[in-house]
Amino acid sequence: MTNSIDDIVDQADVIMLVGSNPEEAHPVIGMRIRQAVERGCRLIVVDPRDIGLAAQADIHLKLRPGTNVAFANGMVNLLIQLGLFDKDFVRERTEGFRIMQAQVEEFTPRFVAEECGVTVQDLVATAKMYGQAKRAAILYCLGVTEHTTGTDGVMALSNIAMVSGNLGVAGGGMNPLRGQNNVQGACDMGAGPDDLTGYQKVCDPAAREKFERAWGVELPSWPGTKATECFPAMLEGRIKGLFIFGEDPVRTDPDTHHVLKALEALEFLVVEDLFLTETAKLADVVLPGRSYAEKEGTFTNTERRIQRVRRAVEGPAGARLDTEVFTELMNRMGYEQPALTPAQLMDEIASLTPIYGGVSHARLDGEAAARGLQWPCPAPDHPGTPILHVSSFTNGVGAFSTPDYLRSAELPDEEYPLLLMTGRVLYQYNACAMTGRTTAANEVVGSSFIEINTHDAAMLGIADGDRVRVMSRRGQVEASARVSGKTNPGETWMPFHFQDGNANWLTHAALDRVSKAPEYKVCAIKVEKA
Amino acid sequence: MPSIIIDGAALSAREGSTILEAARQAGVHIPTLCYLKERSAIASCRLCVVEVAGEPHPVPACSTVVREGMEVTTRSPLLAAYRKMALELILSSKGPALVACAQRADGELAALCHELGVEAPTDAEAADGAAEGTLELRFPFAQGKESPRVEGNPFLSFDPNRCIKCQRCVGACNAAARNHSLGTRRRGALTLIAAPFGPNWRASECESCGNCAQACPTGAISLKARGAGADLPAYGDASDGAPADLSASGTRRVRTTCPHCGVGCQLELEVRGGRIRAARGAQGASNRGLLCVKGRSASFDFVGAPDRLTTPLVRNRATGELEPATWDEALSLVASRLSQLRDEHGGESLAAFACSRSTNEDVYLFQKMARAAFKTNNVDSCARV
Repeated sequence: MTNSIDDIVDQADVIMLVGSNPEEAHPVIGMRIRQAVERGCRLIVVDPRDIGLAAQADIHLKLRPGTNVAFANGMVNLLIQLGLFDKDFVRERTEGFRIMQAQVEEFTPRFVAEECGVTVQDLVATAKMYGQAKRAAILYCLGVTEHTTGTDGVMALSNIAMVSGNLGVAGGGMNPLRGQNNVQGACDMGAGPDDLTGYQKVCDPAAREKFERAWGVELPSWPGTKATECFPAMLEGRIKGLFIFGEDPVRTDPDTHHVLKALEALEFLVVEDLFLTETAKLADVVLPGRSYAEKEGTFTNTERRIQRVRRAVEGPAGARLDTEVFTELMNRMGYEQPALTPAQLMDEIASLTPIYGGVSHARLDGEAAARGLQWPCPAPDHPGTPILHVSSFTNGVGAFSTPDYLRSAELPDEEYPLLLMTGRVLYQYNACAMTGRTTAANEVVGSSFIEINTHDAAMLGIADGDRVRVMSRRGQVEASARVSGKTNPGETWMPFHFQDGNANWLTHAALDRVSKAPEYKVCAIKVEKA
Repeated sequence: MPSIIIDGAALSAREGSTILEAARQAGVHIPTLCYLKERSAIASCRLCVVEVAGEPHPVPACSTVVREGMEVTTRSPLLAAYRKMALELILSSKGPALVACAQRADGELAALCHELGVEAPTDAEAADGAAEGTLELRFPFAQGKESPRVEGNPFLSFDPNRCIKCQRCVGACNAAARNHSLGTRRRGALTLIAAPFGPNWRASECESCGNCAQACPTGAISLKARGAGADLPAYGDASDGAPADLSASGTRRVRTTCPHCGVGCQLELEVRGGRIRAARGAQGASNRGLLCVKGRSASFDFVGAPDRLTTPLVRNRATGELEPATWDEALSLVASRLSQLRDEHGGESLAAFACSRSTNEDVYLFQKMARAAFKTNNVDSCARV
């Protein structure tokens, strides 16, 4: 997030929520958005489903899945046409406005309404509400990013925030809600093929040299492969050995058949986890790890806030601290890695990572214990940065991008006439490795279902609660039908949690061309009574 | 900034603040029960009464706004008598269930009894008294009759026999979680808490977040105990008043960060006998004391789950089965096989997927292992899946 939850909840005049269902996926942010709405903040919901917050929204654009770029380009065009853009901000702090303006002109309200399946009137009302607000925040989530055009979707939304001068101000900003406790931190820590810690580029010789000096080793300079592209590489034999730490791609990655084939093609698979997951069952070696409650460390939340994780219990005998395991392996593989405590590891991170330069466990246990530290926090006396881009952008000026609108990779057709989206429910979390071991959570919702529109259900002779077979070009599962108007006609939705009818047998491994995120939010299916 | 005097000391208070807020700011303790910071200030328990010069009667500190020149007294024989009487009246409205709660050494109510000199009746007194009518002598409104518990919700239950109608739960649900599924019915002495945990709870808007249970000082609303060996949930919201004394029961609270979504809610895990028994919301910058159902009720069962892996497993080439191995065997095999692939086919033939759930320190060392020891840049996390 460019901003913090507090300044948005307390100060935004408008919140525009795009492709995000925080009441279920980020429930405490859901509560805090309700606080904002009750304070008088206007709420615009842009989402293909009647999510809970849609009932409290001033406008709900129930748009067609996969059309975010058309929507956002159309909004920018409307803001410009209506004169609701911040001319001073655009002149002083941005570049590329004219090229972008020329591009979005094609996105007329009529075209966008047609493409997104919403009315011109609602689009204009949205542009006016957002554009007239003094402080307007965009919050978005995987409904924007998990598309083949996910990166373009983010860029297009950024154009809305930038053209209206809503960056660098309290109550504004571009705010992705990160889905997992430490997905922000994992990216910050260099768990990506192109980036060392703090987004220092592997391809930058100076950055690489700095790490080579600190680590005393020559580092590979060739471009790495993103996880979603590793699966095809395993099938082709280019990747032969894989170490998976705490992931269960057999359940969580798209197109399960494809994932299974790829993992089976490996010569050697190691899985380190808390449980014998579906993925661990395929491994050559399984190593028992320690949970968050059994170790010291830090997580970085969606606000870039680094906060402490503390050991509460010892954990089962036989499991070892993950850092101990990695240290041992590094030494056995010929790299001399001294045994370091988590606090010492954070000191090493701080010494190599300018945005974490002022972070230490001592500070997080001391003066910053209550609030944590938000990066960039470059020095031990730096208070951290609650809002990004306040007086200038990281690269000086903000560059408008020109996002292309392309339709989703696989749309419904005669054979597979329905569109499938996937997502999270309130009572479960991802592959249920954690929540699935709480009996009460399973009691509330413990098996797979599919939300299907009343009209479609009637055509297919399906009643609420019926067992149905759901099929895509890649696989089929059974689930219970939940018949309602929550999704539009022609559109369905499944949770991705439940192994008894895992939606990922159906989903499509088509990837975004930049981020390589899979298009979990759109694929074509057919449904019949089981 | 109005200048006021509290117990003879001059101080300047924030404009519009209450006497209680000003006193807390200045480090002056005033006992409270129904008050909950930023959640509820209904001024019904009367424990926070203070004397204000010029006022004929004591006033509640939680709902009286400071004004210039105000002179406040927080301790006096009169106030002590008032407060003691108020607490006795609250305790006397209920039967043995509440009595039991007032006796819990780590409970907020017990601490208040101790502070205000109210002697909680013993179990025997409560039981005998209910049978013989002697309890009524000291607690004249104590009822022998039990009301049924409300417990359709799998996470939460409501025991009206313990409810003292302080309405902190109402504040937690409506002013903090803004869920608006928990409220009151009737008014005055007849006020009832309408907790949406009945058999039709699914039809309510209740999200089972349990912020009401954390706010409850008596355990009337509580998290359901979890099977054998589970414990009574903790009472009251210690983040708001005097911290409950947990030492008697051997309980520790460990502040940490929730392991689920990216909000980064601050948790306090309650640990006793080497097991995590409960999770409470702590004051954090992103959660402001709130938790959701996953953070409160599904963040620790998995930690102590019986199917945790406790030994390395290695696949037996002959049988194809995973079999227990020593750490040394497992690590030797991993190191030799990965080194062999690296040396024969280059680092490009190896890949490493890190965990977006694990700590920064774990992930940092993991990617360092991939780059420095595996010699690969094929390192990623589950950020995009």
